[in-house]
Amino acid sequence: MKSRVIVITSGKGGVGKTTTTANLGTSLAMMDKRVVLVDTDIGLRNLDVVMGLENRIVFDIVDVVNGKCKLKQGLIKDKRFEGLHLLPAAQTKDKTAITPHQMKNLTNELRQDFDFILVDCPAGIEQGFRNAIAGADDAIVVAMPEVSSVRDADRIIGLLEAAGLRNSQLVVNRLRSKMVRRGDMMDIKDILDILSIDLLGVVPEDECIVVSTNRGEPAVMESASRAGAAYRRIARRMMGEEIPVISFDEPENLFYRFKKILKMAR
Amino acid sequence: MDIINRLLGRENAGSRDIARERLRLVLIHDRASVSPNFLNALKEELIRVIREYMEIDEESIIVDLENEDNSVALVANIPIRGFKRAANE
Ligand SMILES: Nc1ncnc2c1ncn2[C@@H]1O[C@H](COP(=O)(O)OP(=O)(O)OP(=O)(O)O)[C@@H](O)[C@H]1O
Ligand SMILES: [Mg+2]
Repeated sequence: MKSRVIVITSGKGGVGKTTTTANLGTSLAMMDKRVVLVDTDIGLRNLDVVMGLENRIVFDIVDVVNGKCKLKQGLIKDKRFEGLHLLPAAQTKDKTAITPHQMKNLTNELRQDFDFILVDCPAGIEQGFRNAIAGADDAIVVAMPEVSSVRDADRIIGLLEAAGLRNSQLVVNRLRSKMVRRGDMMDIKDILDILSIDLLGVVPEDECIVVSTNRGEPAVMESASRAGAAYRRIARRMMGEEIPVISFDEPENLFYRFKKILKMAR
Repeated sequence: MDIINRLLGRENAGSRDIARERLRLVLIHDRASVSPNFLNALKEELIRVIREYMEIDEESIIVDLENEDNSVALVANIPIRGFKRAANE
């Protein structure tokens, strides 16, 4: 299998890049792929705690690119899943501690040993972003169904295209189908019409994400989590399986059924 | 009123349509201003075409996007110095 370097980005902060990276990486590893998660959010590292690996960090990405340690020493092996690794960000430096050129070399070195190299990008469009996309073959753009998030996603897609990444795919995160149904949230079609890029998947708003982040266990490990199920589907799609994008929905509540009946009566 | 609209399933009672419309408008501006070349290139091209028909004040041409009520317009202000005399057939 040819290895792929995929950057997970969004422009706007806090829309779910790190959550998406952790869950897709874990899910791919559960399907026996060799996966490394690279945290490029230098100064604000988080992927380690979301993965529950924070206590095992010795070296970080800056140590690796500066030759303070070997690449193998910087990688943390996840004991839960064969083949899953994390390269943590540095916490005490800033985004200029590494360069796009170094990032490119790093991802190329990682290609030797991994099927998927998932790069968790920091928010913003400055050097942290440029570092994160430097070695990428493809990009996953994460957006929430809100005006500001979709607007930033549009800007990011433009910047990715300018950098030669023309096949970005969209993950819509934190969709609330109840709000969509009552006309108070943009739906997937609205967002796709506006951004005109391919849809990779839709992840519902789900309290399980908070619980799993508390525990340091990605939601894909929890079979009952709806967000986890959505991420597992996305991972299968990344493996080339053709499965329909949206198949989750909240159970219809009484109010919605009542509304439907009224609609039919009109 | 709101609750009645919702009960009857009139979707436009919600804020979704507003969001979609605002996003559409803001992205027209964003996309145009992100490439600073876009308006300049357009301006150059306009000058080239119009010069064929009339004498214009090329220095004081203004080409810009302007917000109308719920649309964005391309507004060009092109001062005319004079018309070329139509050639006698
Ligand atoms: N589908 C979801 N349902 C509920 N909560 C979610 C969901 N996705 C993400 N969150 C929560 O949203 C918050 C932000 O998520 P996350 O840290 O993944 O975003 P980010 O894009 O990486 O942020 P930053 O830009 O700061 O790096 C977290 O508290 C996370 O638990
Ligand atoms: Mg993050």
